[in-house]
Amino acid sequence: MALLQTNNVVKRFGGLTAVNKMTFSVEAGKIVSIIGPNGAGKTTFFNTLTGIYTPEEGQIQFKDKSLLGLRPDQVAATGIARTFQNIRLFGSMTVLENILVGMHIQLKQGAVDTIFRSKKFNEEEKDAENRAKDLMEYVGLKNVGNELARNLPYGGQRRIEIARALAASPTLLLLDEPTAGMNPNESEDAIKLFRRIRDEKGITILMIEHDMRVVMGISEYISVMDYGEKIAEGSPAEIRADQRVIEAYLGRGAAVAHEQKV
Amino acid sequence: MNTFFSDLYKKANTGFWPVVIAFAFLVVGTISVYLNPRSLFAFLTLLTTPVILYFMKIDTKVKVFIGLLLLIVILPVLGIRNIFYLEVIFQMAVFSALALGLNIVIGMAGLLDLGYVAFYAVGAYAWAIFGSKQMSLLHSIPGAAPANAEFFLDARWFWLFIFLGVGLAALMGILLGLPVLRVKGDYLAIVTLGFGEVIRVLALNLDKPLNLTNGPQGITPIQRPPLPGVVQALGNALTPLVGHVPTEAEIYNVFFYFLALIIIGIAIVVATRLEDSRIGRAWTAIREDETAAIAMGIPLVKMKLAAFAAGASFAGAMGAVYAANRTFVSPETFSFQVSIGVLTMVILGGLGSIPGVIFGASAVTLLNIQILQNFSLYLSDLRQSDAVIPIINFPWKNLSNQLDPAKYQKLVFGLILILMMIFRPSGLIPAARRQRELGDEKEAE
Repeated sequence: MALLQTNNVVKRFGGLTAVNKMTFSVEAGKIVSIIGPNGAGKTTFFNTLTGIYTPEEGQIQFKDKSLLGLRPDQVAATGIARTFQNIRLFGSMTVLENILVGMHIQLKQGAVDTIFRSKKFNEEEKDAENRAKDLMEYVGLKNVGNELARNLPYGGQRRIEIARALAASPTLLLLDEPTAGMNPNESEDAIKLFRRIRDEKGITILMIEHDMRVVMGISEYISVMDYGEKIAEGSPAEIRADQRVIEAYLGRGAAVAHEQKV
Repeated sequence: MNTFFSDLYKKANTGFWPVVIAFAFLVVGTISVYLNPRSLFAFLTLLTTPVILYFMKIDTKVKVFIGLLLLIVILPVLGIRNIFYLEVIFQMAVFSALALGLNIVIGMAGLLDLGYVAFYAVGAYAWAIFGSKQMSLLHSIPGAAPANAEFFLDARWFWLFIFLGVGLAALMGILLGLPVLRVKGDYLAIVTLGFGEVIRVLALNLDKPLNLTNGPQGITPIQRPPLPGVVQALGNALTPLVGHVPTEAEIYNVFFYFLALIIIGIAIVVATRLEDSRIGRAWTAIREDETAAIAMGIPLVKMKLAAFAAGASFAGAMGAVYAANRTFVSPETFSFQVSIGVLTMVILGGLGSIPGVIFGASAVTLLNIQILQNFSLYLSDLRQSDAVIPIINFPWKNLSNQLDPAKYQKLVFGLILILMMIFRPSGLIPAARRQRELGDEKEAE
């Protein structure tokens, strides 16, 4: 059984069907990508998975439990963490605090512990702080724990967002265009980081990505969306050769030309 | 010019100078207020001391020593000599507590609440109704109370009602929050504004069918708790410093001053600890970005309700204290104006900044009940003299009565809000995030 399984998920906005009959699965321990032209419905699909949108039809199963009807925070509590296409850090909090917010679900301190600074509270905070520092180093950031998140350069902010998502100790990590705006060197580093996350922490990764070098370099399985529908899926090699994918990306004429060249 | 002052400040802020300056203000302020109890300038000099303590580099132990000396010895003594100052400081403390509470809702969680005064009213009316004769007057018409009515509860119940005030206000916060938190931003502001008015109008109209609040006339007398023997003894011990044996009324003022001080102390500790915890971080996260916060597993409604309840509880406690202090409550005390006043304090001091909002509350209260009043007095003195305004030769006598600074509270609130938003949106003492130890081995890299 797949870790994440969706069946005929439909999400409409008024007359527009943003996600149409998506049947899709992610095997545990894999790195899976969703690609597709702009406006194909990839991010909407992500938002449907994480509970921000409720699908009109279909089922979503995660670890054999339905995610339908759960609020985003409840979805997060089942072990799905995510990053956002346009970085959404808590800008006026420090880097370390951003990561600590990611641990919200795991921390058990209540209001009484907090006000009386019980032993439990102090130990938990210290432990959380240490874990946050470790995560910061894990994603390759040093000496920025006390900086306000908004003061970090773009690449740094991307990393914090990933650290914040990792802080929730998720089973499944959703990355929405994690290398957008990065130069080739930075993308290379990002790919290494994603591999390490999967290999060392055993976290399954599902990502939306535009950069084909990244997609082809890291994905073990790729789904292609266009106009809200899945038009192809398979290994990177299969996708590269798929007629419909080339059409979706390059248009029909170009696809024909491409075919003739091949 | 600017660098001259900043250089001067830097020099003054090194070595033993800060201690000297703090002591100088403390001593000069104390002596001048002692000798000249009516002088506003002397009082302001004295009140500069805590500001200096906060900003300048002084050893923490010395800071605590000077602070406690000021709060525990000097202010009560001077306050008995001129009871008005104690009243000013009591009001500062009341509004500081309100500002601290509102700061949780607006500053930390980012929920614009324009009806905050409602929670204050709930705490005040709770003790007002049960700590007065009102429960025995439920069936009489307002203003026609029989003379033989009994107090419903013993005055000692007051202590319980401080906590009940906390609980009731928190409950009201949750009740208000449940329907209201579905809306955001401007809509939330409008709904909370309405809620504040609803509570005031309820207080105004709940004199029938059962006379619960005595309507617009308000409830009086409300009992004060019996003075603990210790306070009485301490008050009497002050005799040589004050110059006369303090009357009971004076000791009561000192007592309420200390009570307010204790509540402020607790409020500061609670607010600071909440801020630096999972709960406080969740509030800030919600304020910064709701979508990201909920994706991190933060339950929005629950945390927002918690913010409403925590913020309201401070106001509830102070409400009960206020009712006992004044021995009188009426709906007028809880007008929309107060909500805006507290908002002004929070914004002036710095949204989300605990020292900031206390400073803001003190400054605005002082401005409101003392500085503007003093200007008014000064102006009316001028008006009675034959003096003329220089250059334009306009006699003060002919100046319109409308130009009375004390009537410009609302104008001042408005000006503060506008100027702060334009020039210093993060407040006079902006909120700072806690800096953590990052570990030496990591710093070294």
